[in-house]
Amino acid sequence: MNLGQVAEILKCDVLVGENIDGVEVGGVCAADLMSDVLAFTKPGSVLLTGLSNVQSVITTHVAEVVAVIYVRGKKPDAEALKLAEQKGIPLLASRLSMYEACGRLWQEGLGVGSDLGGE
Amino acid sequence: MSDEVLFFQEFSITGGDFSSAGSVSTEIKSILKEIGFHPSVIRRAAIACYEAEMNVTMYAERGVVRLSATPAAIRIQFEDEGQGIADIELAMQEGYSTATPEMREIGFGAGMGLPNIKKNSDEFEITSEVGRGTKLDIVIKA
Repeated sequence: MNLGQVAEILKCDVLVGENIDGVEVGGVCAADLMSDVLAFTKPGSVLLTGLSNVQSVITTHVAEVVAVIYVRGKKPDAEALKLAEQKGIPLLASRLSMYEACGRLWQEGLGVGSDLGGE
Repeated sequence: MSDEVLFFQEFSITGGDFSSAGSVSTEIKSILKEIGFHPSVIRRAAIACYEAEMNVTMYAERGVVRLSATPAAIRIQFEDEGQGIADIELAMQEGYSTATPEMREIGFGAGMGLPNIKKNSDEFEITSEVGRGTKLDIVIKA
């Protein structure tokens, strides 16, 4: 699935990023604690989070995550936006709750983007 | 020539400066990419470096980071002046944390930092003195 399709499913506003249809999404990691993202996320996943500061973007950059989707109507702060633009990391925002956002993506067949996936 | 030093640089970290926390790791990742290490090696080094940088920012007054790269390995040393770690064995346990609410607000303090640094390193050595500071020496093989 590509990021454009993910954006449509979650009714996202695109805050940073061009040609999001060209970004392939391998799975989903949903977390507000960046330590958990750093410990468990697979590269190529998309991050769903409610953490809107610059650490969400640095974590994404460091862990080779393809994009951040802020849930619950959260918006990234100015520093996060600036770094995402510098690094070319797409930032999207959805008004859905974390639970519903994950549920919708799971229903559409997008799998677990972490090492914690059950069988 | 696998021990030829391709790159050496020293960086500094200011304790408590959460606004620039992560900037050293971001820079180190760019340097490693420019040198041309494999993406999976860069990812491991960047993750370990970021966790360690956050630890220095959260728990120390100041710290120094030394990055050296050879064709065979990336070595990152952290040396900080700060409160130190009283029980390293306990701090190495997943989930053990002494984080404050402020640290959790920025997305850290889950008690995953040190175990995750070790997981991403091929060599890992940590020593600490309470009231003085902590030294961390990690190697990621190319």
